[in-house]
Amino acid sequence: MRRIAAALAAALLCAGGASPAPHLLPDQAVIDGPAMPAKLSAFGLFKPGTSEPLPALLPYSLHTPLFSDYAEKHRAIWMPPGANAPVGRDGVPDFPVGTVIVKSFGWPDWNGGRPVETRLLIRRASGWTALPYIWDADGKDASLAIAGRRIPVRFKSPDGTSYSINYAVPNKNQCKECHSLKGEIVPIGPKANNLDFNGADSSRFFSYPAMRIAPMPRWDDPKSGSLHDRARAYLAVNCAHCHNPEGSASNSGLFLRWTDPVNVNYGIGKRPTAAGRGSGGMDFAVAPGDPAHSFLLYRLESLDPGIAMPEVGRSTVHREGAALLRQWIAEMPKASH
Amino acid sequence: MRFPGLRHAATLCIVAAFTAGPAAAKTISVKAGTPDANEKLQEALILAEPGDTVQLGAGTWTLTDGLSLDVANVTVRGAGAGEGGSILDFSGQQGAGEGLLVTSDDVLLTDFAVINTKGDGIKSKGADRIVYHQLRVEWTGGPKSTNGAYGVYPVESTDVLIDSVFVRGASDAGIYVGQSKNIVVRDSIATENVAGIEIENSFDADVHDNIATRNTGGILVFDLPSLPQQGGHNVRVFENVVNDNNTANFAPAGNIVASVPTGTGVLVMANRNVEVFGNVFDQNGTANVMIVGYRYEHKDPKYQPLPKAIVVRGNQHGKAGYAPAFEGGGMIAAAMGGAIPPVLWDGAGDAIVLDKVGVLSLNLPDVKTPRSEAKPTPVDLSRATPPAALPAINLPDSMEAKVK
Repeated sequence: MRRIAAALAAALLCAGGASPAPHLLPDQAVIDGPAMPAKLSAFGLFKPGTSEPLPALLPYSLHTPLFSDYAEKHRAIWMPPGANAPVGRDGVPDFPVGTVIVKSFGWPDWNGGRPVETRLLIRRASGWTALPYIWDADGKDASLAIAGRRIPVRFKSPDGTSYSINYAVPNKNQCKECHSLKGEIVPIGPKANNLDFNGADSSRFFSYPAMRIAPMPRWDDPKSGSLHDRARAYLAVNCAHCHNPEGSASNSGLFLRWTDPVNVNYGIGKRPTAAGRGSGGMDFAVAPGDPAHSFLLYRLESLDPGIAMPEVGRSTVHREGAALLRQWIAEMPKASH
Repeated sequence: MRFPGLRHAATLCIVAAFTAGPAAAKTISVKAGTPDANEKLQEALILAEPGDTVQLGAGTWTLTDGLSLDVANVTVRGAGAGEGGSILDFSGQQGAGEGLLVTSDDVLLTDFAVINTKGDGIKSKGADRIVYHQLRVEWTGGPKSTNGAYGVYPVESTDVLIDSVFVRGASDAGIYVGQSKNIVVRDSIATENVAGIEIENSFDADVHDNIATRNTGGILVFDLPSLPQQGGHNVRVFENVVNDNNTANFAPAGNIVASVPTGTGVLVMANRNVEVFGNVFDQNGTANVMIVGYRYEHKDPKYQPLPKAIVVRGNQHGKAGYAPAFEGGGMIAAAMGGAIPPVLWDGAGDAIVLDKVGVLSLNLPDVKTPRSEAKPTPVDLSRATPPAALPAINLPDSMEAKVK
């Protein structure tokens, strides 16, 4: 059985493989084992000496991504030969043991576009493990930074604004703060309604339910959905990993999942719970028709750690995202309050 | 568990190595003042294993990022919370919503200080059996609206002990316990916060032998709507010193504590079965004890906004009510000879006051009647029979053993 699976995987690789290079595969023993290797290369996920994932991995993007200081993210997924993630009717894949989700962060105009850090989310028999790696100066390998680190970077955002920030590579615990459900680590991004393989065949890794899963809109593409739905997609991706009844912000009572009803627990007319300075002297998270008195927006536009949301992963304001939410609140009928 | 004798410990280590079981508890020492102290300390908190102690060196730690602990049964121990101790200084904090976040069970935090965080001081979420012991959380510039919200902040936890903690300067609550169960707050000092000690949306709490002084409000027992855990009940506030809570309210508007009148001793809002007894009250300008309903509009059909079965008995009342900081308070005080009685009830729900002092009711029969319709009159709330006294809170022995 295992041999057939391996042969099948090899055949698949050949079928899609334009590369004449040997068909390198990740080191499954390291992936499945208990170790936290000091070097990223130990996993064999990248072409040796580079930050380019092996062709055996499946690259993907998201319709609506999490904002991370305007970083460009390169995502790819690996599952061991023969393994496959069945996608539930809710769009959530059931990833097999041995899965690795790889996400590299960089800026096109910084350090020659080479990634600054790569985060791994590994599905081991014991559960998911999150490991942050920071790329070495020569760009050939990356080193484990379990406690995170601040790295000075400079870049321009799409509107031409120059930034010089102390970019925060999260520590292992902070990975979990966002990737937490009932106290366990889970992936956030790769759900069928948000995954985009840009035309590539994903059937080697995913098996889909018969029923089509409607995609989430692209937050910045009005053709992909209404203002309301694009704002909801933005909130779902940027906030709901914590703001759900089993997430890190469960105690706030603010729940922003794609499936949550847009009511008081979605912030509409919701008074601050434990916001402290985050209230900005305002009464409501979202005051319909009145973005200037909606502290959800105030927190999104702040860089003060005592005010800013999300609490981790942001040293810049996402102006375009805030503009979307401002318009959403401005156009919200006051009567819905 | 402690293992006396090196030889015994060594044997255990060998056995552990062969059985791949947990190694014997170890101490990970981290030094203050090194350039990478932040990263080294965070690393220690990540690499610690259950049973381990992370030992903080003496000195001032200059930290730029929030710390977090997610390993069960770890002790974080410093060299003291005062001068010469282990001072975690977050004045230059660039990220994270708090100074230290604990998300694992059976953790002991002891003998260190957290100062000047941008957000909350120490937060623990879903961290059962947590012990906060001999800690200081302080905003050293005193009361300022730019200070962080909560000093110590356990939330969504079962079995919480806060013992011998000092908190000063929180722009919301110094000691805040939210949406938790089975709680003891004792022998602690809360000063110059908006709320000294606050028990919110929580069940079964004993708050005793604390000093709440020079806050806006000394000790608050609250319940708020639209939250995962609500219906706060069974809270005993006893044998505390609650005095001189006359610091002008400096909470950011919008937050519930921004509505606490300056000069409040104990404030009970929308809870049931709360006992306030054996406390020493003095110099609280609005009232020593206030009992009110939740009067904001809300859309939560499950929420119960009235105070019910609140018992006030056997307290000592010094001077109070001489500067009532609510609308029309000054006029009422003037009409009553310069001060209102030390116990104030808004008239909604029910309360029993056995203390031999006056009680002023605003006669607002429910939370819908606007405050403008208040008809303040003295009332006697001593005639009803109080419900059976609440039992004392018992914490697991493992927690009490940690502070002995």
